[in-house]
Amino acid sequence: METERHQIVTRNLDFFYGDAKVLHAINMNIEALRVTAFIGPSGCGKTTFLRCLNRMNDLIKGARHAGDIHIDGKNIFDRDVDVVSLRKRVGMVFQKSNPFPKSVFDNVAYGPRVNGVTGSRDVERIVERSLNQAALWDEVKDRLHDSALGLSGGQQQRLCIARTLAVDPEIILMDEPASALDPISTAKIEDLIAELKQKYTIIIVTHNMQQAARVSDYTAFFLLGELIEMDETQKMFTNPSKKTTEDYITGRFG
Amino acid sequence: MTKKRFLDIAVPAVTGLCVLFVIVAIGAIMINIIVNGWSQISLKFLTSAPEEGMTAGGIFPAIMGTFYRTIIMSLVGVPVGTLTAIFLCEYVSANSPLLRMVRFAVNTLAGIPSIVFGLFGLGFFVQFVGPGMDSIFSAEGQIQWAQPNILWASLTMAVLTLPVVIVSVEESIRTVPHDIREASLALGATRWQTIWRVVVPNSITGILTGAVLAVSRGAGEVAPILFTGAAYFLPNLTHSLSDQFMDLGYHVYIMSTQSPDVDATRGIQYGTTLVLLCLTFTLNAAAIILRYRMRKRVNA
Repeated sequence: METERHQIVTRNLDFFYGDAKVLHAINMNIEALRVTAFIGPSGCGKTTFLRCLNRMNDLIKGARHAGDIHIDGKNIFDRDVDVVSLRKRVGMVFQKSNPFPKSVFDNVAYGPRVNGVTGSRDVERIVERSLNQAALWDEVKDRLHDSALGLSGGQQQRLCIARTLAVDPEIILMDEPASALDPISTAKIEDLIAELKQKYTIIIVTHNMQQAARVSDYTAFFLLGELIEMDETQKMFTNPSKKTTEDYITGRFG
Repeated sequence: MTKKRFLDIAVPAVTGLCVLFVIVAIGAIMINIIVNGWSQISLKFLTSAPEEGMTAGGIFPAIMGTFYRTIIMSLVGVPVGTLTAIFLCEYVSANSPLLRMVRFAVNTLAGIPSIVFGLFGLGFFVQFVGPGMDSIFSAEGQIQWAQPNILWASLTMAVLTLPVVIVSVEESIRTVPHDIREASLALGATRWQTIWRVVVPNSITGILTGAVLAVSRGAGEVAPILFTGAAYFLPNLTHSLSDQFMDLGYHVYIMSTQSPDVDATRGIQYGTTLVLLCLTFTLNAAAIILRYRMRKRVNA
C-alpha cells in the first residue's frame, strides 16, 4: 500500500482523552500535493486525528496516543522531533478564524518573525507573497496596518490561510475552514484550496459533503473513532465499497 | 402587602441607603481635607523642607520620598507579580497542588496586617539581606545596607502589593482567548514566544490595572515603612538606594503623634494629606492613561 508518493503514513494510531479512546487503530496513507478530505458525523474523531498530525493535541491535559505517524519517513512522535519545527512544516487553519488582535500586516508577519526572519524587506516580501497566494492582497493592500479584526469573516479566514502560508509549510491542515462563512466566501476558500494544492499537501475536515466532493482528490470517512473507508473521492461518492459510507454520504444518518 | 412586594420596596431602599452612606463618608473626608488643606498649599510648601520642628516650612523631601518609594515599589512589584501570574497561568496545570499552594499563599499574603509586613521587612531585608550585602559590597566594618533605607522600604511595600498585582494579571491572562494561543503555536512559535508576543500584549491592560491597584494600595501605607526606611526628619534629600527617606503618610503620622506641639502642625497635616491624595491620584492617572494608550495600540 505505502509508496513513495505517500507523505503522511499513520500506523495503528490510537488516541485517548483520559480513559476515553477516541481513535481506534487508524491506518492511513496521505499523498503529497493532493487534497484529502475527512468526513464523518460530529464526534467521530476526524478533528482529533487532524490535530494529531501537527501534535496540537500535546496541549491537552490527559491526552495520549499509541501508534505512529510518519511524515516524510520520520515518526513525529520520536523523542528527537522538535514539535516547534514540526508545526512550522505542518500548518493549520482553524474552524473559527482566529486572527491576532494586531494589524493585517503583523498577523501575516508573525510566523516569519517568530521563526527568525528579521530583515524588514524580507518580512514585507513574505507578507505580500502570502497575501497574494491567499487571494487577499488586492482587498487589503491599502489597509495593511489596520486591525485584522476589522476584516469580514471570509477575509479573516483567508488572512489566517495567508498567515499559515507565510511560514512556508509543506502540509496544511484545515479544520472546517468554511463552516462559519457565507456561500461566496466559501467558494473563494474552495478556489484557493484548488490553487494551493499545486504546492502544498492539504488535508481538510468538512461537514459539507458537496464541499468534500468539490475540492478533494481523496476522501476518508470516519465513524465513532474508526476509519471506515478511504479512497479516491470520485469513487467514494459514486461507488463506495462499504454500506455505512454510502448511507452516510446519501444522508441516511449523521 | 405581600412579602414579595414588600421586598421589592425594601431592598432598593436599604441598598440605596448603603450607597448614600458610602458617598457621605467619602464626601465628608474629601471635603474636610480639601477645605482645610487647600489654604496650606503654596509653592514654598511644595518645594521646601520642614522648619522649626515641623511647625513651619514645606514638605518637599516627603513628596520626593513617597514618589521614589512608590516608583521603586512598582518597578519591582509589577514585574515580579506579572511573572508570577504568567507562571501560574501558563506553566502550572489548573489543579496541581503547587498552584493551590501558591494561591493559598497569595490569598494569605493579602490578608496579613501591613504592620506585619513592616516587621518582615525589618527582619528579612534590614537584618538578613542587608548584612549579607555589606559583607560582599562594603568596606570592612562599614554598614551601608544593614540599616533601614528606601530600597528596603520599597521592597517591603512591593511584597505587600504583590497579591493585588498577581490576582489582577492572572485574571487578565485567563481571558486571553485560547484560539489565538493555538494560532501562535500552530505557526511554529515556542511557548515563550506565544506568551511574550500574544498573551502578554493582550493582558497589558490587566498588568497596568495591577499597577494602578498596587500604587493605590501602597502609596498611602505607613506601617510597612516604619522600621524599614522612613525617617522622622532628614536635612538632605534621598540620593541613593541606601539612604533613608521622608514620607508623606509617615509625616502626617509623626506630626499628629510625636510633635511637641500638635496643634501648631495641624495645618501642615492637612496640607500633607491633600498632597498625598493628589500624588496618589496622579500616579494612578498616569497608569490609567498608559493603559488606555496600550489598549488602543493592541486593538489598533
